[in-house]
Amino acid sequence: MSQQEIDQLVDQDYKYGFVTDIESDTLPPGLNEDVIREISTRKGEPEWLLEWRLEAYAKWLQMTPPEWAHLEYPPIDFQSISYFSAPKKQGDGPKSLDEVDPALIETYNKLGIPLEEQKMLAGVAVDAVFDSVSVVTTFKEKLHEAGVVFCPLSEAVHSHPELVKKFLGSVVPQNDNYYAALNSAVFSDGSFVYIPKGVRCPMELSTYFRINQQNTGQFERTLIVAEEGSYVSYLEGCTAPQRDENQLHAAVVELVAETDAEIKYSTVQNWFAGDDEGKGGIYNFVTKRGECRGDRAKISWTQLETGSAITWKYPSCVLKGADSVGEFYSVAVAGKKQQADTGTKMIHIGPRTRSTIISKGISTARGQNAYRGLVKVLPGAVDARNFTQCDSLLIGDQCGAHTFPYVEAEEPSAQLEHEATTSKVSDDQLFYLRTRGMSEEDALNMVVNGFCKEVFQKLPMEFAVEAEALLGITLEGAVG
Amino acid sequence: MLSIRNLHARVGDKPILKGINLEINAGEVHAIMGPNGSGKSTLSSVLAGRDDYEVTDGEVIYMGQNLLDLEPEERAWAGVFLSFQYPVEIPGVKNIYLLKAALNAVREHRGLPELKAGEFLKLVREKLKVMQMDEAFLHRNVNEGFSGGEKKRNEILQMQLLEPTLALLDETDSGLDVDALRVVGEGINRMRAPDRSVLLVTHYQRLLDIVKPDFVHVLAHGEIKLSGDHTLAEKLEREGYEGIEAA
Ligand SMILES: Nc1ncnc2c1ncn2[C@@H]1O[C@H](COP(=O)(O)OP(=O)(O)O)[C@@H](O)[C@H]1O
Ligand SMILES: [Mg+2]
Repeated sequence: MSQQEIDQLVDQDYKYGFVTDIESDTLPPGLNEDVIREISTRKGEPEWLLEWRLEAYAKWLQMTPPEWAHLEYPPIDFQSISYFSAPKKQGDGPKSLDEVDPALIETYNKLGIPLEEQKMLAGVAVDAVFDSVSVVTTFKEKLHEAGVVFCPLSEAVHSHPELVKKFLGSVVPQNDNYYAALNSAVFSDGSFVYIPKGVRCPMELSTYFRINQQNTGQFERTLIVAEEGSYVSYLEGCTAPQRDENQLHAAVVELVAETDAEIKYSTVQNWFAGDDEGKGGIYNFVTKRGECRGDRAKISWTQLETGSAITWKYPSCVLKGADSVGEFYSVAVAGKKQQADTGTKMIHIGPRTRSTIISKGISTARGQNAYRGLVKVLPGAVDARNFTQCDSLLIGDQCGAHTFPYVEAEEPSAQLEHEATTSKVSDDQLFYLRTRGMSEEDALNMVVNGFCKEVFQKLPMEFAVEAEALLGITLEGAVG
Repeated sequence: MLSIRNLHARVGDKPILKGINLEINAGEVHAIMGPNGSGKSTLSSVLAGRDDYEVTDGEVIYMGQNLLDLEPEERAWAGVFLSFQYPVEIPGVKNIYLLKAALNAVREHRGLPELKAGEFLKLVREKLKVMQMDEAFLHRNVNEGFSGGEKKRNEILQMQLLEPTLALLDETDSGLDVDALRVVGEGINRMRAPDRSVLLVTHYQRLLDIVKPDFVHVLAHGEIKLSGDHTLAEKLEREGYEGIEAA
């Protein structure tokens, strides 16, 4: 295959690039203490939360953006961003889908995620975030029966203030990093999940995030707490309309797993990556961290990253409890002029803690994919173990893959293994599959999906299907 | 069915095929023999549509169409099948997945409905039995970690499923032990039909003892130097290619 053909194949107009016509109640661009007060007032927050935001803002002012990632982008003008936007006609919030703005439902339909269908098919509870305010929450009752709390964080602040107060910022402190501090100051909304002791959450929890307002930063904040012996699987999916200007996204996700608890967090992300020059895509700076606080706790991150002009994201596990387990399974795709700098951190603190990292990077066109992983073993993490495997797949010869594995082992009994491979989609493979009747596009998809299989296997079934489809769309082109 | 006229092909500046003429009628089996490097794989690759090779002259008419105008997958849809001399590994892709995708792709273009999972499995099991292959094959990644013989069996398994009109079999016998050779040879024989033709590339007489060809051609230096019936293969086995190459 020639480079030109490959470019064509990889190129395609963003399928979901449309803008929903909903009047918005948007704050003018700019950030200062008054803006933060305004956000807090509009959301009707208690005083302690406003104080918390202001504290974070003060810390953020002292900080500077990270520069070490393998990324190039112009400086972000934080004063040109609007920090709050809510769909109008919110009222008291709809009781059912019938009460939801039809334009919103239309949006979901275009995205192929009609809520009605999902309700029936998958039994998935959907907490849909449209811009900054959660609009629809379904399946509440069933969860309520099990004692599970699954609601917008803004709601939890009122319904479960003691829980929010106890856990918010307990995994990712306000000043953890530049973007986490910004998020702490201005976070819009997100999900709150609380699984009580001994409860196995009766369904997969899912949230669809979507950015729809021009020039509006998205500052999602999600908090998931799994009490002793509980289990939850949470799915996050993203997609966004085409834009002329880059959009900043700085989310924070905090997970807490107590003794014998397990949290599976899966993400399929499909943000607009920008045009061929990377213009108009999403800047995605995310802090995701889970803490295994109790013994034998387990946290798994599984992700498919296909969107974003720039991605800066390292879902991490802090393994405090003895015998606790952290896992990271990731597929990251960088095409066009996309830059992805992703990876994970596994911090081993408790004895016999174990972690597994499987990272699959796919680079196409002029995409640059960097894996950055840190495995840190503190003194006392006796017999800690890590297995890391980083595989890179190159499609064409203008793209790049970079691997930066960092290891800090301060415990002599720790056992760490690292494997890395780089391969190319070969003409032999494509020709072989084409002689079996597969189109050039299908052949490429098959090779790429094979490369990703170890990770896709970790996704919940319906998500795995979506992931393959999404990867197909990402690599789809004008050929044929 | 297939008519190759004055076919010239090269890689970069290097001419490899230098005027091949070959006429294959429906139902015939033609064997191509010849020393290493004579252009046998190049010929089958060009016929299957590999774009590393540049056709500089000549034409190939397959069932009334100009074969060289078609993309590789279009050739597959039209009933051309290439069994690779070196089958390619596709990591992470299960054999059964490829078989199903291939069969359904070809069926779609023949106006047949997609096979349901149950029907497909039944069909594959039938073919596995013919090829004396274990069902475990279905769940291994395509050609990954297959022995040479297993790869060749797998190619013929694919051919059995896809039921091509023109089968190009490139050294399907190499790397096979005696038992495997018989299985593969009989697998090919089963496919012989009045409306199906086979181009069999081989070095050895032993496959031709099982699959008796209608014609044997000797390829050397990119040209067909000699053609005859199956007795030519026996002669070559005794006397080697030297005399022919010099010719
Ligand atoms: N892709 C290629 N690039 C360069 N030379 C090639 C290529 N393919 C084949 N050749 C050359 O063409 C000649 C014929 O090769 P091939 O068709 O594989 O012969 P055979 O199958 O008869 O052994 C050999 O000299 C080989 O080195
Ligand atoms: Mg050969």
